[in-house]
Amino acid sequence: MKAAITGTGLSDLGRNTGRPAMAHLAQAARRALAAAGLDRNDIDGICTYPGKTDGSPGQSPLGTGEVRAALGLQTRWHCAVPDGPSQMAPIMVAAMAVLTGQARHVLCFRALTESSSQSAGRRASIPGAGSARIGGWLSWLVPNNAMSASNWAGWMATRYCHEFGLTREHLGMVAVGQRAFALQNPAAVMRKPLGMDEYLAARMISSPLCLFDCDVPIDGASVIIVSAPDAARDRTRAPLWIEAMGAALRGPETWDQRADLTTMGAHDAAADMWLRTDFKPADLDVLALYDGFSIFVPLWLEAVGLCGHGEAKDLIAAGAIGPGGRYPVNTGGGQLSAGRLHGFGLIHEACIQLWGEGGNRQVDGARLAACGTGGGFIAGSMLLLRD
Amino acid sequence: MKRFAEKDCAITGVGMSEVSRGSAKSALELTVDACLEAIADAGLKRGEIDGIATWPGERADGSGFSPVGSAALQDALRLEVNWYAGGGEAPGQYGAVFNAIGAIAAGLCRHVLVFRTMYEATARKTAFANALIRAGERQAGPFAWYAPYHTYAAALQQALFFNLYVHKSGIRPEQVGQIAINQRRNAGLNPRAIYRTAITIEDYLASPVIATPLRLYDCDVPIDGAAAIVVSRLDGARDLRNPPIRIEAIGSSMEYRNSWTQLDALDTQAQPRVAEMMWSRTQLTTADVDIAQLYDGFSFHTLNWLENFGFCERYGAKDFIEGGKRIALDGELPVNTGGGALSAGRLHAYGAVHEACTQLWGKAGARQVAGDPKVCATSTAGGPLAGCMLLVRG
Amino acid sequence: MTDVRPPPRALPVVDKDSRTFWTSGRDGILAIHRCKQCAYYVHPPVPFCPRCESREVAPEAVSGRGTVVTFTVNHKQWVPGLPVPYVLALVAIAEQDDVRLVTNITDCDPGEVGFGMAVEVWFEPVEELWVPLFRPVRGS
Repeated sequence: MKAAITGTGLSDLGRNTGRPAMAHLAQAARRALAAAGLDRNDIDGICTYPGKTDGSPGQSPLGTGEVRAALGLQTRWHCAVPDGPSQMAPIMVAAMAVLTGQARHVLCFRALTESSSQSAGRRASIPGAGSARIGGWLSWLVPNNAMSASNWAGWMATRYCHEFGLTREHLGMVAVGQRAFALQNPAAVMRKPLGMDEYLAARMISSPLCLFDCDVPIDGASVIIVSAPDAARDRTRAPLWIEAMGAALRGPETWDQRADLTTMGAHDAAADMWLRTDFKPADLDVLALYDGFSIFVPLWLEAVGLCGHGEAKDLIAAGAIGPGGRYPVNTGGGQLSAGRLHGFGLIHEACIQLWGEGGNRQVDGARLAACGTGGGFIAGSMLLLRD
Repeated sequence: MKRFAEKDCAITGVGMSEVSRGSAKSALELTVDACLEAIADAGLKRGEIDGIATWPGERADGSGFSPVGSAALQDALRLEVNWYAGGGEAPGQYGAVFNAIGAIAAGLCRHVLVFRTMYEATARKTAFANALIRAGERQAGPFAWYAPYHTYAAALQQALFFNLYVHKSGIRPEQVGQIAINQRRNAGLNPRAIYRTAITIEDYLASPVIATPLRLYDCDVPIDGAAAIVVSRLDGARDLRNPPIRIEAIGSSMEYRNSWTQLDALDTQAQPRVAEMMWSRTQLTTADVDIAQLYDGFSFHTLNWLENFGFCERYGAKDFIEGGKRIALDGELPVNTGGGALSAGRLHAYGAVHEACTQLWGKAGARQVAGDPKVCATSTAGGPLAGCMLLVRG
Repeated sequence: MTDVRPPPRALPVVDKDSRTFWTSGRDGILAIHRCKQCAYYVHPPVPFCPRCESREVAPEAVSGRGTVVTFTVNHKQWVPGLPVPYVLALVAIAEQDDVRLVTNITDCDPGEVGFGMAVEVWFEPVEELWVPLFRPVRGS
């Protein structure tokens, strides 16, 4: 018995929109309900990641309670999962809720206003900013000015490049390829062509990662509706079955102590996902792989099993993941070019492809998608299958 | 009858660290103590734990409210898991148990370690002199609406709701006091309890008023400590060390406004519909319940739950507890048999689950309820938070 | 142009387990939790040995030597006044290669830092804490 995604919606994404988070969320929710052919009264569960937080400006301004109140939902079940298998966790727990009979249609959401918030004078995502002393896992990172995820991804990238010969040009191909997809996506925020020369000339953030290796903070919201098996049919669109999920974590839940710095939690999660299905990596038509930083894409390609350890650069160099490739990745432009919706935007695009609604960027006959979210130690993965 | 997922899950082991008013151990070490004890109690090895769930997840703010999350615990024990979840936006403290049930139902896990750690005794002596507000810090979230009005502690906020309950029910202080008196009597028989000296109704009435109508003895006791339970798939629980304690039914709904100011029924808070959901998922009734471990962050919550579960009618708790006989260890419904959070210490509903299992396994020593209890109702609460479970041995 | 003073380091909350790590630099010592039974080093510190399950785990002085496992050169100024570029690294202690310390590599040009580089600890006092930092081992 499997849960299904029955509808998705995005708000009008933008940089520094000045629109409140709830306006984005309401627009995305209306679109997702329309896509599913549901009324808001049909929604009886609500879920998000990570839940309302104040730490980093605009990163998660809305919690389940206020969204529920603002949309006038009458839910029987709610959950937010900050400590879980990455940004995909709410979709996973929503699947559990509908499979355990606690809900029939769960509205999963992710809203961010990082662009407006950071423009308003507060700085980028600096963990612990504003509090006197840093606690928890960050206490081992921040005292050494390991301020940002770009630093943590930076040290992983340095090690990976050293061991396997991946170069800045390979990372550039990821960024340039995703920009080419974004040019075909009217919803993407970065729609100016990007060439390799411009990529290589960009300012360095944390070596070897430059500006174009980092995703783009935006204002926006994404809503994904997860439905019970018996409630998923006879909707407006074909149900996209959650064929398998993987959330395993075999190593320590930290950025600094993982035994092999050239793998991530992604490898554990994806391996567990493949144990739960008869499909194989070669069956995949389209992929949504987390690209908070470009370096995550080659690591996810290996985690998902499309190539061996250290071989992702060959797949990238052969053009396999860009427009027209055998395994197109992040066909809407990804977070690098369409904007950072923290995994939800990538899953939204996978659904659009499976429904055949990708317009100029549509992958012919797409039926099976792999979605992977999370970088560093946290990861979740799932297979989506169109009926 | 429809098959509900929780019925395929059971509690197979429990553990508790030392519980104190100020520990020489770190919060993480206390968590390790509780978790290792729970794993061993279930007759399992570390390597057999394949899931982790906690509520509300790590809050590294020095408040001691939840200093340890799934990450720190997983790394300390080097667990290799298929599923992990921690988060506060859930049906109260039992949200972690409900997530464990979901993970088991989804086929991701066989044995999920659920834990709750509190370090509030130490925190109160340092940065957080009171529960909610730190001087000079702006308040965000639901308590932003209370902060400017000197609402320094949950006790004040909850006193607002309690006062309405007193007004509507007509309960008298001598009746309310039976909750604290009963629990202190039970704590006297529990070697791990914090406060073990019996109190009388005179002591109760003489205890300081925190905020009318709430007295000191109506409030739970901040402690340093951790509790853990192992939730297992029932088919994997049968041949373990303890007889499985089945999760017969859960209440996890939220069919009301999720708000600390705009709740529909202030005096009964969020709970009635939650209990209704639980009873709708079982053929058992209140008559089948042998013991109850009812949330007691404040004594008033326990009154709410006696009514919400239907052990007595709405506003009938005052008569139900009159004289304290019915809720005593030898009464018709023994309540909070280990002393509860009021006397044994605030482990935020996980102390209650620990005590429930201890009683159902017949391991409660001097405070063991006679007659081989098999069925326990247990609950959590606080403002819009609420969850409940019916636990059945065998 | 107004001068912006370098910001102080962000500092960790210390607890009973981590206090020695963050303060033993006062005596010039880098201290890592170690199991008394099987000699395994446990980091981040917790009094439980994941290898042999012993609870006898306590801080012990190590040599202060280590090697660079990986690094990144940070160029972005995250907070006003922060001097850039600086090297952020993971250093494995000489005694046990699965104990990694997040640190900055100091006393050298960022371009000099490489994989496997031998480094040694020194300490920067900030408030009551002593933050362990590493610099290249010079000479023979």
